Amino acid sequence: MHDQVTNIRLAGVGGQGILVASEVLCDALLASGHDVKKSETHGMAQRGGAVNSDIRFGPKVHSPLNPQGAVDLLVAFEEMEALRYLPSLKEGGTTLVNRQRILPVAVASGKAEYPSDVVARLAQHAARVVSLDALALAVEAGAIRSVNICLLGALSCFLPVPEETWRTVLTDRFRNKGLEANLRAFALGRAAAQAEGGR
Amino acid sequence: MSKAVLLSGNEAIARGAHEAGVRVAAGYPGTPSTEILQTLVQYPDVYAEWAPNEKVALEVALGAAYGGARALATMKHVGVNVAADPLLTAAYTGVNAGLVLVSADDPGLHSSQNEQDNRHYARFAKIPMLEPSDSQEAKDFLVRAYALSEEFDTPVLLRTTTRVNHGKSVVRLGEVQPPPAHRFERNPQKYVMIPAYARVRHTLVEERLRRLAAWAETAEVNVIEPGDRRLGVITSGISYQYVKEAAPHASVLKLGLTYPLPEALLRRFAASVETLYVVEELDPFLETQIRALGIPVVGKERFSLLGELNPQAVATGLGLAEPQPEAPPAPDVPARPPVLCAGCPHRGFYTVLRKLKAIVAGDIGCYTLGVLPPLETMDTCVCMGASVGNAIGIRRAMAPDDKRPVVAVIGDSTFIHSGITGLVDAVYNSTPITLCILDNSTTAMTGGQDHPASGKTLAGTPAPRLDLVGLVRAVGVEDVLTVDAYDLQAVETALRYALQTEKPSVVITNRPCALVARRSVRPEPPTVVLEECTGCQLCFRIGCPALGSVRGEDGKLRATINPEACFGCGVCLQVCRSGAIQRK
Repeated sequence: MHDQVTNIRLAGVGGQGILVASEVLCDALLASGHDVKKSETHGMAQRGGAVNSDIRFGPKVHSPLNPQGAVDLLVAFEEMEALRYLPSLKEGGTTLVNRQRILPVAVASGKAEYPSDVVARLAQHAARVVSLDALALAVEAGAIRSVNICLLGALSCFLPVPEETWRTVLTDRFRNKGLEANLRAFALGRAAAQAEGGR
Repeated sequence: MSKAVLLSGNEAIARGAHEAGVRVAAGYPGTPSTEILQTLVQYPDVYAEWAPNEKVALEVALGAAYGGARALATMKHVGVNVAADPLLTAAYTGVNAGLVLVSADDPGLHSSQNEQDNRHYARFAKIPMLEPSDSQEAKDFLVRAYALSEEFDTPVLLRTTTRVNHGKSVVRLGEVQPPPAHRFERNPQKYVMIPAYARVRHTLVEERLRRLAAWAETAEVNVIEPGDRRLGVITSGISYQYVKEAAPHASVLKLGLTYPLPEALLRRFAASVETLYVVEELDPFLETQIRALGIPVVGKERFSLLGELNPQAVATGLGLAEPQPEAPPAPDVPARPPVLCAGCPHRGFYTVLRKLKAIVAGDIGCYTLGVLPPLETMDTCVCMGASVGNAIGIRRAMAPDDKRPVVAVIGDSTFIHSGITGLVDAVYNSTPITLCILDNSTTAMTGGQDHPASGKTLAGTPAPRLDLVGLVRAVGVEDVLTVDAYDLQAVETALRYALQTEKPSVVITNRPCALVARRSVRPEPPTVVLEECTGCQLCFRIGCPALGSVRGEDGKLRATINPEACFGCGVCLQVCRSGAIQRK
């Protein structure tokens, strides 16, 4: 039964808009007729720490948490976070990685090194790696804070959600604030992922 | 068909309160419960408030129930400890209109100091408990709880866990039902718990529990889902979802009412399956009671007492999968612990306090992050308000020749919650501690909720602002110093003065939380003149996430400032000895 459930994990750093992205994603999946559940934690985790959100959809979803090692689509909002959650990706899974780097305090202060060759290392594990510079695309879209929606645009290439549905849920969410920039960021992210081999 | 929407468990509880006609709701912010009242206050026809602490919140809700309004109290698991005093006697008085207490537990300690299992409170207080497993049930069970509360004249515990509170799932909305009309009726034998009356009420509590147990046998919230007779599972709450994921073929007894338990139903289900498992997070709450009935079950020998369950842990425990610990991330991926935000007023305070080599009793809030590197300036943290009492105790335990200063560090909201009485003790018994109130004008850790000193109510309306300085003076503290946390010299002068007085003293920092202040104009971010930077790395010791670094040709690491992340607080400017960090 749960073979029909698709498991998504959004991972990044507190403050990157992961929770908003997961809200929009759930709206779009629900509007496309899927059962949807998501799980995330609030509170302490949001203070600049590593944050992740699990989203699962299919005909019927029970657990809001992704089963271990069963993530179909891993979206890393920050480059190194892709490596942190790589073990949760299932064999043959897809990783989307934002090449933006946000240095943990330990790295910035020289107590630890930022991992090198992240994208190459992802490619060794994931069947498909889509990498993009969502920060640059968000700036191009006219709103630096639309990195999250840009990545959602990239993710949209891999999801059974019609393009009009995305437009509808984005319009509902951002009607009062930054709609145009978010729509542009979404389109830029989607185009970047398509160029990298997304559907 | 009714409308289907995606709601978090907390949003669903708020919706349920609306549908049930709840008119009064009170709580204190605490992860994972906070969003219930924040959502509920947006519905019409309800009075919802942040109380100073959970005890007051439950007392307000209980009073409202006496007064004839359906009432809701919300709090995190450890908040129920604070509210336990009214809870255990509310079980005696019963209610008039319905009363529900939501206890939001946090298995896995996502944002808590312990992972206590509050199901014990239902048994302790002898009140019924419902446990939803998703958002639909969170809403429906809350509505059901009010009818139950009124039918049996009892408070009802709705016990949730983080994955239910913060998980989102599809909810079909119900109609808003006007609740039965109630008004306050004088009845001292029921509501005034002097010993003579309370003895009588205790008899009724025991009798009520027997009637509830009888009702539990046919309660629609307890459901048998027949399946493979070789594998039987008794479960509840979020664990039910993991069981359905791990063993879709199993026979399941899903308990919606987890106290009191339906003995005959349990025996009937046990007799219908070959091997019977109990799957529950944390303590063997169900297991112990079921075993006490003489029903053999497999339980905590296969499932952890610690943390959360998940589909794998359940599959493994049921013998359906081999244990397979998730591969750890590559060892070269540095940890990313939570940090104080750029511009956080606590940073400058700790930077100074660290120098003074004090013993620091800490408290619950963002400022607890002061324990972590690089600040590392906290020695104890137990529960809300404990810093003050802990500091008094530590001071009283010290040998006369031990001259280390003893400091308590507490936030504004936490001080109001339960720090005031500790300070009264320090003054009353003349214990020379220094209490530092880090007043950032909000309840920051839970996302910025208002409180009695923030000037606004839960509904966002203006409120009288509790005067912390006046309060502290009224308690009897003579040395009260107020400083700007961004001004390191002022903080140091104030702390040095306070620490040398031989009386209780209070230092209040008064910079607002950087997240609250975010929308106002920011000062220009400083920049680092790399030629002047000696690479001493003192600035890294403030642990600011806006600081980056570059390694020069001489191999030395020098600071950079990310202007996008910088708040412009200027603390790094003040710790830089070479003058390389400059503001234009």
